[in-house]
Amino acid sequence: MTTPLLEIKNLHVRLEDQPAVEILHGVDLTIMPGEVHSIMGPNGSGKSTLAQVLAGKEDYEITEGSIEFRGEDIAELGPDERANAGLFLAFQYPVEIPGVSAMQFLKAAVNAKREFEGKDELDAAALLKHFRAKAEQINVPYDMLKRNVNEGFSGGEKKRFEIFQMAVLGSVLGVLDETDSGLDIDALRIVSDGVNSMRGDERGFLLITHYQRLLEYIVPDHVHILVGGKIAKSGGKEVAAELEQTGYAPFGVNEAVGAGA
Amino acid sequence: MTAVSNPRTLDGVIDTATPRELPECQSWLNPLRDAGRDAFNGLGWPDRRNESWRFTNLDALKAINFVSAVDDAELGDEVAPGFAIPGLDDVTLVFVNGRFRKDLSDDVAALGKGVTCCTLRKAACEHRDLLEPFIGELTKDTDDVFTALSNASIEDGVFVHVRRAQHAAKPIHILSIGTETDEPIATHPRNVVVAEEGASVTVLEHYVTTSDDAVYLNNAVTEVFADEQAVVHHYLLEKESESAFNVSSLFAHLGENADVHSHTVLLGGKLVRNNVIPTLAGTKSHCLINGLYVGHGEQHLDNAMRVNHAAPDCQSRQFYKGILNGKSRGVFTGRIIVDQVAQLTDAVQSNRNMLLSDDARVNARPQLEIYADDVKCTHGCTTGAVDPENVFYFMSRGLSEDVARAMLIYAFAAEGFERMDLVPVRQLLAAEMIAKLPKAQGLSIEV
Repeated sequence: MTTPLLEIKNLHVRLEDQPAVEILHGVDLTIMPGEVHSIMGPNGSGKSTLAQVLAGKEDYEITEGSIEFRGEDIAELGPDERANAGLFLAFQYPVEIPGVSAMQFLKAAVNAKREFEGKDELDAAALLKHFRAKAEQINVPYDMLKRNVNEGFSGGEKKRFEIFQMAVLGSVLGVLDETDSGLDIDALRIVSDGVNSMRGDERGFLLITHYQRLLEYIVPDHVHILVGGKIAKSGGKEVAAELEQTGYAPFGVNEAVGAGA
Repeated sequence: MTAVSNPRTLDGVIDTATPRELPECQSWLNPLRDAGRDAFNGLGWPDRRNESWRFTNLDALKAINFVSAVDDAELGDEVAPGFAIPGLDDVTLVFVNGRFRKDLSDDVAALGKGVTCCTLRKAACEHRDLLEPFIGELTKDTDDVFTALSNASIEDGVFVHVRRAQHAAKPIHILSIGTETDEPIATHPRNVVVAEEGASVTVLEHYVTTSDDAVYLNNAVTEVFADEQAVVHHYLLEKESESAFNVSSLFAHLGENADVHSHTVLLGGKLVRNNVIPTLAGTKSHCLINGLYVGHGEQHLDNAMRVNHAAPDCQSRQFYKGILNGKSRGVFTGRIIVDQVAQLTDAVQSNRNMLLSDDARVNARPQLEIYADDVKCTHGCTTGAVDPENVFYFMSRGLSEDVARAMLIYAFAAEGFERMDLVPVRQLLAAEMIAKLPKAQGLSIEV
């Protein structure tokens, strides 16, 4: 039997510094290799919290349930260990870091992963060759690597750079947190093409989004609707289409799903 | 050793030590020395009530009995070359405990034509015509006790003079090496840098120590004169023993359209006071004041800027950053004085600090005195820790927390390095800074 890429069982999460505030109230989700899942939900439903918890952000505490990544419980692992194991979070708001070039940053990241895997560091020539190949695949200008990490990047550039990083690191699970937010159609298409170019039998994606628009470009196998910290409905891609018609109203939330912000 | 018979306090040092062995051809400097001694005695050591020294306690300095260096220190052959700046093609002049070491220094002929470069001692006797119009001009009316002490103690240092429209072919690297001595030594190097109209030169003051325990005082004063259209770049690289005291004062006088850059990086020292005092005296002159202070342990790093806009349409840019760990303390005082005539002044000041520990502290204060009405003066000051959101971002790409933090601390400082034209200096400083960061062994950065 194939091991799931990601298996979340009955996940309860609260804020670490406000234990009274529980955000996720028992989430179940299983992603098999090769699958693309989407979690849709209105504002405040816990979508982004789920993304951050998966990546290992310290601000949250898991009070119940489990997260297994490729069969291993990762709840106690740090964000760096999860990343090196193959989990990638594409940030909704990637931070700008003046003073570190994208090249420096990615060299360090690639070699951290290789160290984790017990491999030798890649030399400069091999790294550059790897970066060039991935830049072409994801359709990002190679010169982006000479700029400082995200500094002065447009919204579209930031999201493309996130996907590029995932390609460079070769992560097997991409959690894309509202990657569509702030993108115009052209940028959305380029980002989506980058994601689609990485789809394959081994790799999975979890697309977290408020709007169905993204799902026209990256077509999911499964769609889950997260409301109030619980999965309210799961199904195929038709669930997104229904949501388009009804909005979140059937789930007791008065928010649109369509055109976007 | 003759040092034993020397007077045993700083006050004593200035009373008798300096003029004793100076040649007669230097005697024309005596009025400046005498005035310095009078000023020193009149001012006395500052205490906390002195606004300029409010955050810096001199008790530890005052408690030490300093003497002046008399003999050349023994130095292994490998010591001075070990402090070279890798990859920098410069002319190095080596001083050990304040005494010039011709045997360890480069030939100044490599600086090219139109450049006079020699010790101050030699200049006073052989180039009085070039030196006399300048030495002490920017320091004689000082209200600072260390500058007065320097005036009183003028003995040696480096004199650089670049003739009209000439360009020094290489940077001049003044390497001052302190060693551990039987008794703590006080030195008062005086450098005078003159760039005539359209001339250019780069000068590095580089302070290092052979021993982590060496206790001494370096009270260095550099006077820079940049005439019309001249370009002078000055670097102060301070990486001394954390038992040493360093007071470095840079005075600069800028003529019309002159461009002066001051880069300061403080990595060492027990107590460092870094004064940067430019006067923008010619219209459309420009001054960049770029600095970084990196403290840990018990280090105290005090930066006092006094930028005087004395002519219209000038631009000054101050960018200072502090990184403080352990129980170290940083001070930044950014004083900008805009004279009534200095209309259209464009002055920017930014001081940002990163505190890496609960016990590290910084005192930052802008002081703007504006007497002209049509000016643009902006200042900003921040103090914070490493942003946890940024750490999370880097860790989510597989970097360990230590490497992520070190990289972000480095990134904070990097902006300052990028303003330096000399790439080998950036590389050396970056490496030295990283070496000083906690748990940064895993970090390699190419500058």
